[in-house]
This record gives sequence, structure tokens and C-alpha cells, in this order.
Amino acid sequence: MEYFIQQSINGLTLGSIYGLIAIGYTMVYGIIGMINFAHGDIFMLGAFMAMIVFLALTTFIGGVPVVLALLLMMLVAMLLTGLWSWTIERLAYRPLRGSFRLAPLITAIGMSIALSNFVQVTQGPRNKPIPPLVNGGITIYGTNITIAYKQMVIIIVTAILLAAFWYLVNKTTLGRAQRSCEQDRKMAALLGIDVDKTISMTFVMGAMLAAVAGTLYLMFYGVISFTDGFVPGVKAFTAAVLGGIGSLPGAVVGGLLIGLIEALWSAYFSIDYKDVAAFSILAIVLIFLPSGILGRPEVEKV
Amino acid sequence: MADVQNTERDSVFAKALKEGIISGAIALGLFCLIVGFRTEQNIRNELILTQRWGLLAIFVLVAAVGRFLVTYTAPMRAERKKLHKVAEAREPSAFRKSFPKIGLGLLFLYPALVVLILSAYQGSMMGGLQASLKYVDNFGIQILIYVMLAWGLNIVVGLAGLLDLGYVAFYAVGAYSYALLSAHFGLSFWLLLPMAGIFAATWGIILGFPVLRLRGDYLAIVTLAFGEIIRLVLINWTAVTKGTFGISGIAKATLFGIPFTPGPTGFAAMFGLPNSGVYYKIFLYYLILCLALLTAWVTIRLRRMPVGRAWEALREDEIACRSLGINTTTTKLTAFATGAMFGGFAGSFFAARQGFVSPESFVFLESAIILAMVVLGGMGSLVGIAIAAAVMIGGTELLRELEFLKLIFGPDFTPELYRMLLFGLAMIVVMVWKPRGFAGSREPSAFLHERKMISGEFTKEGHG
Repeated sequence: MEYFIQQSINGLTLGSIYGLIAIGYTMVYGIIGMINFAHGDIFMLGAFMAMIVFLALTTFIGGVPVVLALLLMMLVAMLLTGLWSWTIERLAYRPLRGSFRLAPLITAIGMSIALSNFVQVTQGPRNKPIPPLVNGGITIYGTNITIAYKQMVIIIVTAILLAAFWYLVNKTTLGRAQRSCEQDRKMAALLGIDVDKTISMTFVMGAMLAAVAGTLYLMFYGVISFTDGFVPGVKAFTAAVLGGIGSLPGAVVGGLLIGLIEALWSAYFSIDYKDVAAFSILAIVLIFLPSGILGRPEVEKV
Repeated sequence: MADVQNTERDSVFAKALKEGIISGAIALGLFCLIVGFRTEQNIRNELILTQRWGLLAIFVLVAAVGRFLVTYTAPMRAERKKLHKVAEAREPSAFRKSFPKIGLGLLFLYPALVVLILSAYQGSMMGGLQASLKYVDNFGIQILIYVMLAWGLNIVVGLAGLLDLGYVAFYAVGAYSYALLSAHFGLSFWLLLPMAGIFAATWGIILGFPVLRLRGDYLAIVTLAFGEIIRLVLINWTAVTKGTFGISGIAKATLFGIPFTPGPTGFAAMFGLPNSGVYYKIFLYYLILCLALLTAWVTIRLRRMPVGRAWEALREDEIACRSLGINTTTTKLTAFATGAMFGGFAGSFFAARQGFVSPESFVFLESAIILAMVVLGGMGSLVGIAIAAAVMIGGTELLRELEFLKLIFGPDFTPELYRMLLFGLAMIVVMVWKPRGFAGSREPSAFLHERKMISGEFTKEGHG
């Protein structure tokens, strides 16, 4: 039982990161019906930004308190990754809006290839290790279950961000505009909502959450490489589909589920086949529950 | 009048200047960390930063000046375009009409031409028989493999409108079935080629069956997941597949039983020719050419058969298709199986040519590249897809050859590094510039009396 709880905690940590990335997929899909394939690489880019900020802090300023360093890493990564996402949307996706459905998917795949190789060209192909930022952990009294502080940081940051994000989507003008664009873009435009701006902001928000996920990933694993965007990206997309694409709580639930499945599968079965397990469960869920766990069933219009 | 023009010019200039500065600022924000600093490991494996402000300045300047020029010349270009529009709209030239025939002729003559021309330059850097072989191998065979794969995927994506992001899985099934069966049972290439196709088609049906209920993007993501699952199984099932080490020493293909070996029973001795590796390469070239043409021929024939018509109907509108009494299940399954079969053929050819297979060759990127060929070439257009494949694979192969770039950018410059970056950027640029692909027309294959233009509004392309 202790082992199970320990693995579940590990799974939830991983799942929080997937959930944060998955929100970006699900929001973009909800609003323009496009798989933003480059989102995984945006996540990787965010992690690289955080790593460079961390190195710049240690090289130019010296010892910075860990909390401040983490905050700065997140903030700068969020800002710059948001800017990247905004530019990408502007240059590669917006001109193709209203084109046939595969066109933006192809540019997104191209963007994904270009981004990861751009990082490879500018930063070199090797893994980038950083010294551990957060050490230690606590052991729950009377048991062998330990929670590392970095796991707590991940879960707390995710919770805070999700709360802020929930507020943004449900209580602000921007969020209302987003939800209306999701329901009916043409009608929203007729009612005076700047649809292009709203879509841009959606991309920026998704990228910001991905950047935080990247920072947390970097903090947790202590290493990042230019290829690290693909697998978390695909898994986060799996999470978004699992939870019901287009649904924001669904993305988080899906992310946590994928994280749990992965951790428990590695713990009880084989670590080599953990990705196979995640993908198989995606296929099974889609076959029996095509609209995901929390998604609305698709209505066929003729 | 002149005054009006001048103020117009001024306002354009001011606008261009403003946009240029904004673009420069955005570029500064984008690149300040990722280009301004480079992270490298020192001897103790710690990361250190090196600063590259010069490079950053170049990036920012290029963005600012580029944007300025584009905005500044925009009115002039619009004017010129207006003039050009009148001149257009003419009949396609005779060359364009007979392009497929000319292209086919060239493809058959290609190895002979290359060998003849380059052998003439014996001794120079480019010439010699070995160098000419490189052109047959790297360009000819490599491109034709992708042409065949893209044509195979075209059946699934271009004709049936089912978005398949895991096509490379079938390629892998074909390659591994050839590699394993020839290693364990010593079966010949000509027996295993159809078997590999059948295996791949069976996998197509097995994978296709559960995903039939899914539509559009869900289908895409499940096929992607299947592609990854197959790759991961190939990596982890080490007892059979030898994992990441791959299978090496795969038997070569034979000319209907005549092996391409130097011995007395070999091809060269049989026909009284001098020993050389040339024949095998040229044989492989014609083999893949025939396989690719078989794919094209089957595609063209199938389009005229009820099943091909059903695929196209499915692509245009699934609901209408179903209400007309077409069995969408079998229609989708046949599309999946037929596409997969050609992937399997190409895979077994790949294994025979390479003599080595490993999971490295079957990553998602390959699926993405093949899909990009289909879409960039224009879905459904065989010639367009072939051109896209030739440009994309030939272009990236060509980048390896560009030694002279080292003279410009210094000896450390490795063009290979930029291969995939340019590839990704090219995909974006072509897609933004021509969203329907190079030859993107969807001519109806069945029509009453004469072909008529169909407005795009009536069709839902790629809705699967």
C-alpha cells in the first residue's frame, strides 16, 4: 500500500506537468479546431529559456535564493515563450485560417521540426544538465512514503496556476471572449469580439502554461535536450484527448490520469513499456468513449 | 498630383519604418536568450554560458530590415500583381500536358544518363563511376522510396481523406518482416516482398478496425499512437528485434534467383560482365521504380473502380456517403489496408537495400515527412506528390553535398545540421504560400458529360 501511494504521488507530479501542457492543446483545439503540433516544442523551448535564465543568474549575479530564482525562471520563460507562440501563430497559423483542415496541421508539424532543430542549431545537440535546485523532502510520519520538496513545488505551482487560469477563463472579459469564440466564431465576431486577438491570446496563454511546465520539468529532472519536446507533447495531447478535447478540466484530469498510469505501470509492470501503456489506454478510451471523459459528445450536423 | 504621391510615399515609409522597428523589437525578445547565449559543457560537465551578441544583432537586423522592405514595397507589388492578372488564364502548355510522360521517360533513363555523363568526367571531383553511383543511390533510389511511400499514403489521406499520422508503422512492419523472415527462414526477396505487403495490410486492418468509429483528428492521434507503439515494441522486444541495435546482414535482393555476388553464379559472371557493384545499384533503382509505378498504376485504376469512387465520396462527405448506401466500414478498411500494403512493399525494399534495419528509421518524423509530401504535393495528385518528394528529399540530400558552403561560412560549418531546420521552415513557407500544394486540384473522377468546376464551399476536404 505504501508503495502504491508513493508511486501515485510520483504519478501525480508527472501528471501535473502533462496537465499544464495539455491545457494549451485543448484550448487551441477548442477555439480553432486545430492540433497545435508545435506545442510540445514550445514546452521544450520554455524549459530551455528557464535553463538559460538560471545560468545567467548564477553566472552574472551569483547566489540567488532558490525561490527567487525559480520565480524569475518561470516569469521570463512565460513571457518569452508567450511571445514565441504569438509570433508562430501570427506567421504560420493565421494566414491559413479558413484554409482546408490539413493545412494548419502541416505547418504545425513543420513548425515543430523547425523549432526543435533551431534549438539544436543554436544550443547544440547535447543534453543540458543543471545542478539540482530543490533538494530534500519530507517523510510522512510512521510510513516510508516520502514527498520530495520538488514534487511539492510542482503540485503547488500547478494548483495556483490552475486557479488563476480558472479565474481568467471564467471571470474575465478575455475568458468570456474565448468561451464565446469556442462556441461560435462567426457569431462572436458579429457581436464585436476581436476574434483574431482572442485566438492570439489563447495561443499565448497555452504557451505560458507550457513554459511553466517546462520550468518545472527542468527543475524535476535537472536536464533538458532539444528532443525533449516530442514525447511529453504527445503524451499531453493524449491527456487532452483522454479528458475530452476542448474541455479545460478534462485536460487536467487527463494529464493526472496519464501521469498515474505511467507511474503505476512502471512500478508494477515494465518500465520499458510505459509509453505503450499510455498510448494503448488512449486508443481504448477513444474507441469506447470517443469524446473523452469530460468532453461533450460531438453532434453530427448535416 | 506629385504632392499626393509624395505624401503617400511618406506615409508608406513611416508605416514601414514603424513595422520594421516593431519586428526588430519582437525578434530581440524572441532571440535574446536562445541566440544571445549559448550553453556549453565545460570539462567538469557543468554548463557555462557564452555570449553571442553579434549573432543576435544580425537576427534582429534581418527581421527589422526584412519587415521594413516587405511593408515598403507592398503597394508596388500589389500594383504589379494587378497588371499581371490580366495576362494570366491561358491554356496549359504542351509541356505541362505531357509532363507525366516526359518525367516517366527521364526516370527510366536516369541511371544510364548519370553513369554516362559522370563517367565521362573520369578523374575530376564529380566524375567517375563510383561518384555517379552515389547519384543513383542517394538521389534516385532514396527519392523513389519516398515517392512510393507518399503514393501509398496518398491512398489513405488523399483519396479516402483519413488522416494517418502513423504510416511509418507499416513501413516498419514491411522492413522487419523481410529482415526477420529472411534471417530465420532464408526465404528469398521475391517471396517475401508480397508477404511483407500482406503482413502490413493485415496490420492495417487490425489497426484500422478499432479506429473506424473515430473521425478526423481523433483518428490522426490514434494512428500516431499506433505508430509509436509499434516503434516502442520494436525497441523493447529485444529477444526478436534486437532492440535499438537493429538487425544487420539482411540478405540482398536477387534478380529472380541470380544473386549480385562476385562468384561464378553471380550476375556479372552469368552475363560475362566485369565485376562491379554498379549492377546491384542499378537493379535496385529499377526495382523501386517498378514498385513505385505499380503503386501509381493501382491508384489510378482503383480510382475508376467502385471502391476508389467510394473512397473519394467518403473524403468529400462521410454522412452523404453513408446515406447513399456505401458501407463506410469496408471502404475505410480497404483504404487502410491498401495504403498499408504499399508501405509494406516499400519497407521490404528498404530492408533489402539497406541490409540493416533499426527502430531509428521509423520515427514519427518519417511519418510527418511522408504526410508533408502528400499535402505539399497536392492531395490526390500523383505527379505533384512525386515532385514534392523529389524536391524535399533531393533538396535535403543536396544539402549534404554543398561543400562550397564551407568556404563561405568557415570550415566548422556543417550543412547537415541545418538540413532539418530548413526542411521544417520550407514546409511552413510552402504551406502558407500554396495551401493546396503544388498541384492541388481535386478533379472529380466521375462526371456527367463534361468536367465542371466545383466551388470549394461544397466540399469538405479531409473530413474523415
